Amino acid sequence: MTTYDEFEPVIGLEVHAEMQTQSKMFCSCPVLDATTAQANTAVCPVCAGMPGVLPVVNQRAVDYAIRVALALGCTIAPTSIFARKNYFYPDLPKGYQISQYEEPLAQHGLLPIITSEGEGVIRVRRVHLEEDTGKLTHVTGEGGSYSLVDLNRAGVPLLEIVSEPDMHTIEAVRAYAEGLRAILRYLGVNSGDMEKGVIRFEANISLRPRGSQTLGTRVEIKNLNSFRALERSVAYQIERQAETLRRGETVALETVGWNEAEGVTFIQRSKEEAHDYRYFPEPDLPPLVVDEAWVEKARALLPELPQAILRRFQQQYQLSAYDAGLLTAERDLAVYFEAVLAAAPGVSPKQAANWVLGDLFALMNSLGRDISSPPLSPDALAGLLQALSAGQINNSTAKTVLTEMAASGKSARQIIDERGLTQISDASFVSDLVQRVLAENAGEVERYRAGKESLGQWFFGQVMRQAQGKANPQVVREELQRQLDTLK
Amino acid sequence: MTDLTDLTVLDALQALRSGQVSSRELTQACLDRISRLEPAIRAFITLTPELALQQADEADRKLAAARRGSANFAPLLGLPLAVKDVLTVKGVRCTCGSRILENFVPPFNATVIERLLAAGVVVLGKTNMDEFAMGSSTENSAYGPTRNPWNLEHVPGGSSGGSAAAVAAHMAPAALGSDTGGSVRQPASYCGISGLKPTYGRFSRYGLVAYGSSLDTVGIFARTVADVAALFPVMAGMDPLDATSMDLPVPDTTLSASADLKGMRIGLPAEYFIDGMQPAVENLVRQAIETLHSLGAEIIPISLPHTEYALPVYYLIAPAEASANLARYDGIRFGFSQQEDEMWAIFRESRGGGFGQEVKRRIMLGTYALSAGYYDAYYGRAQKVRTLIKRDFEKAFESVDAVAAPVAPSSAFRLGEHTDDPIAMYLEDVFTLPANLAGVPGLAFPVGFDGSSMPVGMQLMGRHYREDQLFKIAHAYQQVTDWHRRSPQLA
Amino acid sequence: MTKLSLAEVEHIAQLARLELTAEEKARYSEQLSAILEHAARLQELDTSDIPPTSSVLPTRSVLRPDVARPGLTPDELLSNAPRAEQNQFRVPPILE
Repeated sequence: MTTYDEFEPVIGLEVHAEMQTQSKMFCSCPVLDATTAQANTAVCPVCAGMPGVLPVVNQRAVDYAIRVALALGCTIAPTSIFARKNYFYPDLPKGYQISQYEEPLAQHGLLPIITSEGEGVIRVRRVHLEEDTGKLTHVTGEGGSYSLVDLNRAGVPLLEIVSEPDMHTIEAVRAYAEGLRAILRYLGVNSGDMEKGVIRFEANISLRPRGSQTLGTRVEIKNLNSFRALERSVAYQIERQAETLRRGETVALETVGWNEAEGVTFIQRSKEEAHDYRYFPEPDLPPLVVDEAWVEKARALLPELPQAILRRFQQQYQLSAYDAGLLTAERDLAVYFEAVLAAAPGVSPKQAANWVLGDLFALMNSLGRDISSPPLSPDALAGLLQALSAGQINNSTAKTVLTEMAASGKSARQIIDERGLTQISDASFVSDLVQRVLAENAGEVERYRAGKESLGQWFFGQVMRQAQGKANPQVVREELQRQLDTLK
Repeated sequence: MTDLTDLTVLDALQALRSGQVSSRELTQACLDRISRLEPAIRAFITLTPELALQQADEADRKLAAARRGSANFAPLLGLPLAVKDVLTVKGVRCTCGSRILENFVPPFNATVIERLLAAGVVVLGKTNMDEFAMGSSTENSAYGPTRNPWNLEHVPGGSSGGSAAAVAAHMAPAALGSDTGGSVRQPASYCGISGLKPTYGRFSRYGLVAYGSSLDTVGIFARTVADVAALFPVMAGMDPLDATSMDLPVPDTTLSASADLKGMRIGLPAEYFIDGMQPAVENLVRQAIETLHSLGAEIIPISLPHTEYALPVYYLIAPAEASANLARYDGIRFGFSQQEDEMWAIFRESRGGGFGQEVKRRIMLGTYALSAGYYDAYYGRAQKVRTLIKRDFEKAFESVDAVAAPVAPSSAFRLGEHTDDPIAMYLEDVFTLPANLAGVPGLAFPVGFDGSSMPVGMQLMGRHYREDQLFKIAHAYQQVTDWHRRSPQLA
Repeated sequence: MTKLSLAEVEHIAQLARLELTAEEKARYSEQLSAILEHAARLQELDTSDIPPTSSVLPTRSVLRPDVARPGLTPDELLSNAPRAEQNQFRVPPILE
């Protein structure tokens, strides 16, 4: 009996996403790329928490938050309240974080997901605004170890998205996390660059015997910065809790971190004793007022969202869930794909999908490019696919032409014409070619007639070689088969 | 010519504009007087004589240009000013009366300071205060107490005791303070001068080191109400750096020479005339109200029924907010830092060693009031009762234009009289706290002297954003009385 | 009257990261208890239908346009720092 037969994991996710605004949440310092910025070059008295300073809310941060909340189908509160979350840590300059507590910006949303078990819905409990902390770097040198504090990140606008514990498999957790990331990217709110730490996960996991309705004790895993860490740590916790429960023991309510190198979770002695954050409404900020007009304006500006596009691709283009999923992973990609289809009527969506997801991606990888600046335009690719679909060139020729198009910037038509690559479909020409190959290889013909059927493929190769690759393979196969059949 | 330091703000501005007096002369006169009197009074923590004279010379250049007609007169051009050490002045040490900020030099000006500097003031220095504005006597300063210029054995009041003493002793024609629970009005009363607590949101709090964020206001001291009113419009107005500053037009606060208060309705709250008040205080306040009546004001008895709850409400809300506001003092980025090998030890030792007793007491109280399991009973409940206190005022202002009351139960007490009994100290604030809880403006001004020749003041509290009405009433009073022209006998 | 125990005082001091002497703990225990005793008076009132006053100001939107402005230089920021290194604040090891 597997762990999953015995137990049902109950998992909730808390996601913290930095927002791509120009300035910080409560002050005018720029929001910098953490991986390239020099330490402490985007700090002012406000985000440094100096005596006498006050916060003022960034309008765009609220706007972005509203859009994300709408994309998740949440109800937006007409007024919401900022609150102080009080705890001490060197990366928290004021000794409190301005967040939202009892009255958040948005609640009661959901995110549809697709897993191998089918379609599901993960409920979103709340979406709220807060500020990020600074960064602590640990240094080990001669004379011991210590830490350095960089406040560039302190005050960066953060969106906290909390799910209900609706996930029961690692697959669901991954699908939810990816779905959220896609929405954030689609809305231009967050780059989705996991290596830069712009999205962080916290997972709450408990186990219960299958069939039971009571919730078990949950363990919280903090500071997960990648999908891999998320999946592995959750898997680890599930097994660990299962073992604990099988031994007849109870799971302890604890907060843990994930050690990627060793593949284990470890207890984190809490930063703040027993999480007594002593929340109270932030006296320096008035309630956040979001009126109907603002919400409607944000709603009108929402782009078509990933789940909607995914469903539409399946329905409109008869694409598989898998292909549709891949094509909608990035907004730029979905847009590119549809532009190709629009410019190439007569090309099947399936064929276009194969070429985009296969050959185009392989080409981009080899050139170190991505879909935000593709090596050829949708029109150009459409041109190539049309020539292929019309039978003017065959598949292998098309691949060569693709590479040539990226290198030269010429259209498919130009390259095909200049290099005389139009494939030969003329029946009599092919028939002559096949005849000649069979005549020149009498020995192999004998062996074929004697039963070595695999030589059929060899003959095919010979014909194509004689045709310098330009013969229509379909026509060649049919003619070759016909001629070989008559020899029997 | 009278001693330059006897000039009121208005007279000084006029003399400066006419060229009768230069800003340098006036500033130097203030600095000389400060040197002479400081050993006895100790009103200042940090004096800035070089900066002041630099600013004075700059002001003189601008005054000359304005006299030539090539520029306008900035409203306060050349005026020396003392600033409570709770407001940041860029490049000048800001201690908040605490050891924990002993060497903190802020890299920015408070917005009110920016505005005053733009208006041409000269900063004489940073004045003494109760640590982090927590106190009613300036005895909680880590830099020693300030003494009341009227009697050096007595406190000047607090927490803005240094600023009040400086003005009363003619060290400066005007000074800035802050009022969270009475810290401008009470020292004004104890020192026989005028002091304004504006409506919450009227002056920007950016650069005012926070104590009780929903209660703090910057305040103004001067020897006359007209002087206070002269600084008011320069400081008032919405600040994009302060989300709690109100975007409202500044009312016209020019004061007429008329002392006619006909049509003005002044409320007399029963709850502010209690047993245990010093009889002289009650008598002098009632006499002053009589005077207002004689000027045409209608005196109407009113009730502010929840007044008695103001003390417990304040002493839950202010410390709670303070406990969070003071969490930033951790010895990591600025301020006093105890050298330790372990990080949490730095936090605990820096704070334990750097904060004084009263501050630690209030941080403890505030932390408790917010802590898990106690929020609803303490902080939560206090905020609700606060609503009741606020509503008392709203109701009162349906039938009166201003509420008249004493400022403190007694005149200035002796140094050391309450230092062992924090609750006795807190009781000094009972008359001033309600205005902070309701956010209403309060203007204190002198109304006489008690049997020991110590000053007694009264206060007028007004509708939100109607400081103009308070100025009008108090100014009228000062046209027919001369308490505000009395000064202590000092060397 | 409920008096704050020494354990409670120590708990609060820990939450507030205040190192207190034994004498201070004893004194605060007394004084805080007395203050809280006074605060208990608030229980006399019926506040069931009363909203809290988090702010005396009217509710209104106060928002800042999303424009970046330069702040302090690292030198300015660190000018008051007790310990700095590599343009950052230096902190000794953290023992939980």
